[in-house]
Amino acid sequence: MNLRKKVNLIKRKGGNNIELIEQFKDWEKNRHDYAKQWKEKSGGKVIGYFCTYVPEEILYAADVLPVRVLGSHEPQDVTEPHIFAMFCPFCRDCLAQGLKNRYKYLDGLMIAQSCLHIRQAYTSWIKHRPVEFEKFLCMPHKVQSPHSYEFLTEELRTFKKEVEDWTGKKITDNDLKKSIEVYNENRRLMKKLYELRKREKPPITGEEAMEIVIAMQMTDKAEHNKKLKELIKKLEKYTPDREVGSRLMILGSEDDDTVFMNMVEKCRATFVIDDHCTGSRYFWNETENGKDPLASIAARYIDRVPCPSKDWEERKRIPHILNLCKEWNVDGVIIMQQKFCDPHELEFVAIQKALKDAGIPTLFLEFDVTVPVGQFKIRVEAFLEMIGEEDLF
Amino acid sequence: MENEAKYPTEKLKCWNKAKEIRLKFYKDYAEAHDNGGLRWAGGAWTFDAIPAGLGDDVFPITSEPYGATIAFDKDLSMECMEAAEKEGYPRDLCSYMRNYWGSIIIDKYPFGYDEKGQFVPRFKGAKSLGFPKPDFIWQDHICCSHAKWYQVVSDLEGGIPMFTVDNAVGPSNELNDSKIKFVVEQLKDGITFLEKATGRDFDDELLYKAIKNHFISTSKWAEICALNKIIPAPLDEKSIYSLYVLGTLQKAGKQVADFYEKDLLPEVQDRVKRGIAAVPNEKFRVMSDTQPPWSFLSIFRYLEKFGCVSIGSLYTFGLIGQWEVKKDGTWGAKTIPDVEFSSRDQALYEYVKYELHKPEWQHFYSCHLKSDMMIRIAKEWKLQGVMLHYNRGCEGLTVGIAENRLALLDAGFPVMAFEGNNADEREFDEGRTKAKINAFMETLGAK
Repeated sequence: MNLRKKVNLIKRKGGNNIELIEQFKDWEKNRHDYAKQWKEKSGGKVIGYFCTYVPEEILYAADVLPVRVLGSHEPQDVTEPHIFAMFCPFCRDCLAQGLKNRYKYLDGLMIAQSCLHIRQAYTSWIKHRPVEFEKFLCMPHKVQSPHSYEFLTEELRTFKKEVEDWTGKKITDNDLKKSIEVYNENRRLMKKLYELRKREKPPITGEEAMEIVIAMQMTDKAEHNKKLKELIKKLEKYTPDREVGSRLMILGSEDDDTVFMNMVEKCRATFVIDDHCTGSRYFWNETENGKDPLASIAARYIDRVPCPSKDWEERKRIPHILNLCKEWNVDGVIIMQQKFCDPHELEFVAIQKALKDAGIPTLFLEFDVTVPVGQFKIRVEAFLEMIGEEDLF
Repeated sequence: MENEAKYPTEKLKCWNKAKEIRLKFYKDYAEAHDNGGLRWAGGAWTFDAIPAGLGDDVFPITSEPYGATIAFDKDLSMECMEAAEKEGYPRDLCSYMRNYWGSIIIDKYPFGYDEKGQFVPRFKGAKSLGFPKPDFIWQDHICCSHAKWYQVVSDLEGGIPMFTVDNAVGPSNELNDSKIKFVVEQLKDGITFLEKATGRDFDDELLYKAIKNHFISTSKWAEICALNKIIPAPLDEKSIYSLYVLGTLQKAGKQVADFYEKDLLPEVQDRVKRGIAAVPNEKFRVMSDTQPPWSFLSIFRYLEKFGCVSIGSLYTFGLIGQWEVKKDGTWGAKTIPDVEFSSRDQALYEYVKYELHKPEWQHFYSCHLKSDMMIRIAKEWKLQGVMLHYNRGCEGLTVGIAENRLALLDAGFPVMAFEGNNADEREFDEGRTKAKINAFMETLGAK
């Protein structure tokens, strides 16, 4: 039995109301089975996507299920001939999933322009595991330019046509509006769930929230909405009996490491908020209901909380992070830096400074796809001790 | 070793002029304020014809060549790297960028004045000047580090007005009006920014001249590189590094356009005519890729011991050079647009339309586009093999390099991969690389 499985077995002790989120956990853990079953049931196509700048609404409007490609957190030896070793472990882990045929059921694969590392995973994948439909969507980098709205709208117009040609289905404005509504509802519900975490005793842990957000990125949103509504209804009346401890925020590179979350939350701490593309950044902004649905979708992706690769010339993410810290009453922040992830490496010095100036302590940790839980535990405990110093003395 | 000379060789006559242009570039930047001029900072790929519209006394410093210049001064580079690391910046980030930031942090410019009052590099005895703070930043963004680089520069300098153009609008084979206009509109916003930041009026006539210079520099450089298809190659890559760099400094500058068109091109044409070789014992031809480890250019001289000439690379050909497929299907210099400028909008449109074809921008969208261009070079420049620098110092140019290797092997070209860093000498193992070269040369048939 590998370490991760062992940890999975014992980690339930860290949570508090697992039975409420069992469905989401199941979707997250058995993502491939879910997608295959969805395909069988609906007869529709499934597309894998690499970055949260992919406008899923257009795909969903064409009855395509978009599923985010994530890694498996297992050591692998298949990507060395394809990606230079100084590229981030996440992009290599993602490519490994493709090369190992774990996503064989995909009909299409796409990426929106974001960081170079994940793009390399995409370009290698389509060459060595070709799919029926492939797309590099030219999402603008300069989202702070007023011209980016028109540019992206045009790119989406082309993309829509390509999806129509691929699926054989004409995507009407009405289809887009319906799709937008399903996605917006999902975003609203997720924000509502996150709002509950503001409570003195948050009804879910950070690990559980992570499982729900990850499941969100690989399931049919309508189905996710249904279960999410049920969950929120239960959680609204629920007060956990676990100790909250220090209220933490986690931010940084792509992060779906539930093992780490669980370890920290067993050390008298609770993650109450995050700023990850696998977390809050994925759903934070809604699509406005405009005249031209494509223009509305474009505006949503331009105006969303930016990935650091697009956060210039002004650093708009920092005030957002500081605001999250304030609103969720955060005691400390763990900065999770994926090894070799340049956009975040270019950002964390400024973020650390801003947090320090705001009097919020930080712990910086560099992650790989596998986490040295023991070593990190010692550092996390020391950090939590430092945060709780005033209580001790 | 293949030491027997087969061809005549001679030094380039315009060599010293190239060096003078380069040194003057750094001098002009440092002294700009002394004469009431302006200083600006931006990348080697930035649309530098735009700030040219602010006047003839506006001088740039381009990021990547500046980072490479520091790298060549090993002691200074080490100081810079350590200073950047002390500020918390990870050492796996772009090494040009870390040199650049370090130079600001320790306030040292790699140039200064010697005892005779001559402006010379630090390693030639000059006392370092402080880093001359730019008046504004004019950057482009296609690599993840570009705009972020200058956010940090601005932070370190306590705030500098900054404008960045997003030029990542997709590969040239998918270019359309919307993509061109997105960049054009940003340039127009940029002009408004420049006027506001400097308090100067923008001169369209100066812009038109600069764009024409840009066309000449980039097309003529490609024409020069195309002459290296000839056997024996008139230029070797180590020399090419000192020549292409002018285009990375100021491709829209008249001195660079004139040098390429009126000095270097005629001289290389003459070398071809007279059969003058860069490497007199040329027997094998290879190319490299990505920036070299700047502190160890001697590895290119080491190749010559085996009768091997590195004829250049997609990097040196296509970083600045503009190319097109000619009627016979081969790669040649891009035709300079036969167009007169009558308005700012029209000039910007032509400028952007032309520039978005830059070969070194294509692999940012797909490494397979780059593989195709590399295979083309390998065939048309008649190569026996390829040396790929797995460059830890530049993610932008190493993206897809492993796929390039596989594609070149599939196309029948032997590949030697070596790991290093363009500007952080701590990450280059010279002995090991030479041992790899020995083995590679042996496989090519060198004795």
